[in-house]
Amino acid sequence: MSATDGGGPLLSIRGVRKAFGSTVVLDGIDLDVDAHRCVVLIGASGSGKSTLLRTVDLLEEVDDGVILLEGEDITDPRQDADAVRARMGMVFQSFNLFPHMRVLDNVTLASRLVHKVPRPQAEERATAILERVGLAAKARAFPDELSGGQQQRVAIARSLVSSPRLMLLDEVTSALDPELVGEVLDLLVELKAEGMTMVVATHEMGFARHVADEVCFLHAGRVHERGTPEQVLGDPQQERTRDFLRRLG
Amino acid sequence: MTASAERSATEAWTPSALQVERLAYRRGQARRSTLVAVASTVALTGVAVLALTSSPGWPRVRQSFFDPDVALLALPRVLEGLWLNLRVMAVCAVVILVVALALAIARTLRGPVFFPLRAAATAYVDVFRGLPLILVLLLVGFGLPGLRLQGIPTQAVVLGGLALVLTYSAYVAEVFRAGIESVHPSQVAAARSLGLTRAQTMRTVVLPQAVRRVVPALLNDLVALQKDSGLISILGAIDAVRAAQIQTSVHANFTPYVVAGFLFVLLTIPLTRVTEALSRRSGWLGATAGVAGAGPLR
Ligand SMILES: Nc1ncnc2c1ncn2[C@@H]1O[C@H](COP(=O)(O)OP(=O)(O)OP(=O)(O)O)[C@@H](O)[C@H]1O
Ligand SMILES: [Mg+2]
Repeated sequence: MSATDGGGPLLSIRGVRKAFGSTVVLDGIDLDVDAHRCVVLIGASGSGKSTLLRTVDLLEEVDDGVILLEGEDITDPRQDADAVRARMGMVFQSFNLFPHMRVLDNVTLASRLVHKVPRPQAEERATAILERVGLAAKARAFPDELSGGQQQRVAIARSLVSSPRLMLLDEVTSALDPELVGEVLDLLVELKAEGMTMVVATHEMGFARHVADEVCFLHAGRVHERGTPEQVLGDPQQERTRDFLRRLG
Repeated sequence: MTASAERSATEAWTPSALQVERLAYRRGQARRSTLVAVASTVALTGVAVLALTSSPGWPRVRQSFFDPDVALLALPRVLEGLWLNLRVMAVCAVVILVVALALAIARTLRGPVFFPLRAAATAYVDVFRGLPLILVLLLVGFGLPGLRLQGIPTQAVVLGGLALVLTYSAYVAEVFRAGIESVHPSQVAAARSLGLTRAQTMRTVVLPQAVRRVVPALLNDLVALQKDSGLISILGAIDAVRAAQIQTSVHANFTPYVVAGFLFVLLTIPLTRVTEALSRRSGWLGATAGVAGAGPLR
């Protein structure tokens, strides 16, 4: 997939620190994500999962540390942040579709504006991707005419349209009714099977168990425990991790 | 109803007896509501008219404010004046929208390069929102020509229009700014995460939503502008108000004022209906409904 496969990890997070006022949210996070792998972030509410994903997508500035994407320091202020963001796809808990645009326009927006693809080609590609997520029939609909699960699948399609190197998924099913969770998770499973690199914050332990190559438990601003899903979810070594998993039931 | 996409699946469907009965009941209810509305309107209007016409001073008031002959005589002149109001309003409205939007955007710019622009826009809004319109009119109307500068217009209409633009731009800029701030930050995050620049995000994601949300407020300002366009008569422009004033003295009767007032009201009504219709369009306000199913409640 990537043209510059230097052998190193696709994403490398080194000593990242982030505080809001006096609240230290990330206190020296280290994390490597190899290409085609799926890393799942778990942790209590407020443990900084969203913040970590947002700093990777450069939606928040780090206070310290570096983030390397394909070996390039994207936290360098001389970087073109817009170009960096265009190489990653981010999907949010609350979908964040643009309510004033039809589904098709939501999906083509980045191609047209960022990658300067002419509208006909952009729409062709967007239609193919909507087909991929099973929503080609809804191309002309407005977001508020779709169910939550459909909206989230459009949001995923929207972030897929510019062939991102890396997908950042922030609790993409937690705003959904239980019967809609499946359709979104199934899509993520397929993406993983196709070789997409993903960092996923989630409370869906079933998903973590089946799809994750690595599970990271965040606590007190650090990766408190990490390992394969079998290790972290099946046989946690840390007291905190056990507590957290027990509370999930 | 907004569920139009799902219609094709129900081709062979005929309503059940229960549904037929429900529809008949709803129709009956609708007819009843109409009748009640008509009856109560007629009754209320009747009472109001009766109260007015039975007051002791009514014959005199009717003579000097509601004289049909005077109204008919004055109408062409007042209409002519109103045409001027309309043109002033139309031109000013366009200029105001452009200037106000520029001011609002200037106030959202970040970065040190834009500091002077940001500061100037803020100062402008502070000053012209605070100044009474009539003062601006007098200062611009009599002050500007007094400078005797080359190229400065001297017609009352132009100067009056300029004063309107100066004042209203400040108000409308604040309306736009409120709209821009009402767009949820998550919308900006979503746009930026796609790689859109700050400017692209503003243009394609924030402004379209902001403008839609403030349309009712803008319409309100447009109606106010329509009325305030009458103030240019102070500078000597012959608009509807000035024409009515002239006709009032010609006929020694106040009816022309009533005619002008009636015409101003007539003008504003279609504007209101247009925005109401707009705001009901799907995808227009977005975000309000969230997920499918809010249709009948909207
Ligand atoms: N913009 C902000 N300003 C101030 N505090 C913030 C901001 N964003 C996040 N925080 C704080 O940072 C902490 C971590 O928030 P974050 O959203 O990353 O947690 P999370 O792990 O994603 O939680 P959840 O599972 O509830 O989504 C919280 O205490 C939150 O209050
Ligand atoms: Mg979160």
